[in-house]
Amino acid sequence: MSRVYMKGNEAIVEGALRAGLEGFFGYPITPSSEIIEGLAERFFADRERERRGEKPMYPKFRVFLQMESELASINAVMGGASVGCRVMTASSSPGISLKQEGISYIAACELPCVIINIMRGGPGLGSIQPEQGDYFQAVKGGGHGDYKLIVFAPNSVQEMAEHTMLLFNLTDKYRTPGMLLADGYLGQMKESMEFPDVPIEEYEKPWAATGMGDRETQNTIEFLFLTPEPMVEAKTRLLQKYKQIEANEVRYEDYKIDDAKILVTAFGTPSRVAKAAVDQAREKGVKVGLIRPITLWPFPYQVYADLTTHQIDRVLVVEMSFGQFVEDVRLGVEGRAEVKLYARYGGIVPTEKEILEKIMELV
Amino acid sequence: MRVSALIPKYPEPETYMGHTHYCPGCGHATLHKLLGEVVDELGIRKRVIMIEPVGCSVLALKYLKFDGIQGPHGRAPAIATAVKRLRPESIVITYQGDGDLAAIGTNEIIHAANRGELFTVVFVNNAVYGMTGGQMAPTTLLGQKSTTTPTGRFAEFCGYPLRVCELLNTLDAPVYLERVSLFDVEHILKTRAALKKALLNQIEGRGFSLVEVLSNCPTNWKMTPEESWEFVKNEMTKVFPLGVFRDK
Amino acid sequence: MKTEIIIAGFGGQGVLFLGDLIAYCAMKEGKYVTWVPSYGPESRGGTCNCQVICSDQLIGSPAIVHPDVLIVFNQPSLYKFLPRLKTNGTLLYDSFLIKELPAREDIRVVGVPAFQISKMGNMVMMGAFLAVTKGIKPETVYQTLEEKLTGAKAKFIPVNKDAIEKGIKYISDKSLETSNE
Repeated sequence: MSRVYMKGNEAIVEGALRAGLEGFFGYPITPSSEIIEGLAERFFADRERERRGEKPMYPKFRVFLQMESELASINAVMGGASVGCRVMTASSSPGISLKQEGISYIAACELPCVIINIMRGGPGLGSIQPEQGDYFQAVKGGGHGDYKLIVFAPNSVQEMAEHTMLLFNLTDKYRTPGMLLADGYLGQMKESMEFPDVPIEEYEKPWAATGMGDRETQNTIEFLFLTPEPMVEAKTRLLQKYKQIEANEVRYEDYKIDDAKILVTAFGTPSRVAKAAVDQAREKGVKVGLIRPITLWPFPYQVYADLTTHQIDRVLVVEMSFGQFVEDVRLGVEGRAEVKLYARYGGIVPTEKEILEKIMELV
Repeated sequence: MRVSALIPKYPEPETYMGHTHYCPGCGHATLHKLLGEVVDELGIRKRVIMIEPVGCSVLALKYLKFDGIQGPHGRAPAIATAVKRLRPESIVITYQGDGDLAAIGTNEIIHAANRGELFTVVFVNNAVYGMTGGQMAPTTLLGQKSTTTPTGRFAEFCGYPLRVCELLNTLDAPVYLERVSLFDVEHILKTRAALKKALLNQIEGRGFSLVEVLSNCPTNWKMTPEESWEFVKNEMTKVFPLGVFRDK
Repeated sequence: MKTEIIIAGFGGQGVLFLGDLIAYCAMKEGKYVTWVPSYGPESRGGTCNCQVICSDQLIGSPAIVHPDVLIVFNQPSLYKFLPRLKTNGTLLYDSFLIKELPAREDIRVVGVPAFQISKMGNMVMMGAFLAVTKGIKPETVYQTLEEKLTGAKAKFIPVNKDAIEKGIKYISDKSLETSNE
C-alpha cells in the first residue's frame, strides 16, 4: 500500500468520509478547526460538482453545517443520529465541555455518533497546546448520570483515521456514542501513513425516528420515566450493554513485555515517546516493556492485573496532565506493583530522554 | 330512518389519541387536539417527526401518534435542523414552551429561524414555567406574580417580557410568523388555521414558520380556567398583540 | 538514520511550507516523516516554527529537543533555538535578515542571504538545505512541486524552482570560494 502524508485532523476527515459520514455539525476551535474546514471544503466542492451536473465525490455526505454553538452542534448530532444517520461533531476541550449535556442525552437515548476531541490545555480557557486533561471527562462521563462512551486514543496520524472509522462501526453496532480522544499534537502534526482499510459495517436501524411510514407503532427517541421501575429496567439494559462492550472491545498495544520487569504505560502522544524510551532503555540492558491502551473505555484493566501478578513490580505512568490515567492504571494494578507517575502538564510533550531517566530511576 | 344516520360522519382522529395528562382547563390539550386534526387533514401523520420540549408537554408523543425525539431543554431547533436536512422528506415540528424556546433555547431558535430551516415551530407562550411549579418565564408580564417573582415581575430586576414573534420578525429568512390564542372558539379556529398554514409552508418547501400560541396556566396562575382565559384575552394580548407578523 | 530539523522565522516567510516540503519529499524518498507546526493566534508577522523529523525507522516522539539542523529566518528565532542545536549540528540562517550571530564553535554555520536573493527566500533556503545536507535529491523536490502546484497554481512552479536553484548555486559558489582560499 502506498504511503500518504497527512495532517492528523485531515486524517479524521478522510476516515469519517470513508466510513460513510452523512452529516457533520460543528463549531470552530483551535486546535481542531481543520476538521470542520476540511469537511466544508469537500462538502461544498461536491455541491459545485452537482451544480455542474457531475457526480459528487462523497454522495453519502449530504449535510454539513457550521452551527451557532457547541450546544447546537451536539444537539444537531443527536437529531441526525435519531433519524438513523452516521453523524459526527468535532471540537477541543472547552468546546467538549459545552457538549456534555447533549452527550449525556445521546448516551441515554442509545444513539450512535462520533465525537472528536482534539485536547488542548485546561482548565478554563487554558491554552491551545496539547494536554491530556480531559481523560476523566471522556472515560468517567463528563455529563450527568450513569453512562459510558467508547473512547479511542490514537497515537499516530494513521490511527486518527483508523480509529475514526472503527468508531463509526462500533457505535452503530452497540447503539452508543463514541469519542476519539487525541491531543493537539496529533491533530496538528503531519505524518507519513498508510491509509487503513476498515470495511464499513452496515447496521439496520429499525429504532430510528424516521416518520412512521409503514410502521404501526411510533418510534420515539426518549429517556424519561415518571416512576422508578421502568427506569430501573432501561438502565439495567444500558448497564448490560456496557458490560458487553467491556467484555468484547478492550484494545491495547503491548511492546517488549514478554520478559519485562518494569512496565511503562501511556496513551496518545506520550505513548510513542515512551516506546522510543523503552527501546533506549533496552539498549542499556533494562528489561522494560510498554502497554498502551488503545481504548480508554473499555479500559484494559486485566492486562495490568495479569502483568503485575507475577512478572512486573514497577510501573511508570507517563501522561500529559496532573495524573488522571494513572488512577485507572492503579485500579488495574491493585497494589501488586509500585506505580510511579511522570506527569508533564501545561502543554509540554515529555521527551524520550526524560522518560528514559524515569525508567532508569526504577532500575 | 334511524337517528344515527342524521349525525354527520366525522373521520376517526388518527393522530390525537383522545386523552392527555394536563391540568383541567390547560391550553396544551386543546392545542394537541388541533395539531392532531391538522396533521390528519393534511394526511402527513406517517411523515411527521416531532421534537418534544422539556416542559409540561414533555410527554406530547404519548398523546399524538407520530414519530418523535425528546431532546434537551431548549435544543429542539438544533435537533430539528439536522432531522429535516438529513430526512428532507419528513415533516418536522418542534413544540416548545416559553422557557424552552425563549430562555434556555433563545440561541437555537434565533439561528434556526435565521437560516430559514424548513420546519414548523409551535411555540406555546403561557408566561410561566409550568412543569417546575410556576417560576418566572421570559414572557411573564410586568407585575405578574410567580414563585420567583413573589411580589410581581419588576423590569428593573428582571427586564421586560420577551416578544418572540417581533424579535424573529427582524430576520430575513422566516416566511411565516403569527401570534394566535386559544381564549375563545373564534381564536381556537384561527389557531387551527395558522397551524395548517405553517405546515403547508413546510410541505410546499417555503421555509421557516412559527406559530406563537398565547395559552394559559390556571394551576400556576392560581385562577380558574375561565379566569385564566380572561387574563389571556385582557392582559396578555396587550403585551403580546395577536396577528400575522410575517407572511411571504 | 534520523534527521531532526527545526525551522523558524516570522509568519508569512514560508516557514511552515518549507518544513512541509522537506517532510513530503523525504517521504517520497522512502523515509518515515513527521511535521509539527507551532500553532497559535499569529498568522502574519508573529514568530512561527515547525519541527520536521525524517527517519529510516518509525518515529517515536514527533517533538524535537535538540535538532540536527536549524534553519532560521529572523533574529528572535535564532536566539530561541540556537542553544538547542546539537553539537556538530548545522545552522542555516538568513544572513540578510540576521545580523548578530551568537558564538558557537561546535556547529557548522551556513549563512545564506535568502530573502535578498529572492522574495521566495524560503525556497532559496530549500536549495541551500538540499546542497548542504544532501539528504534529498533536488529532482524529488521539483517533481513534488509539479505534482502539487497544478491548475492555476502551475504558474508558480518556475519561480519556486528558480529560487531553489539559486540556493543550490549559492552554496556551491560559496564552497568553491572556501576551497580557493
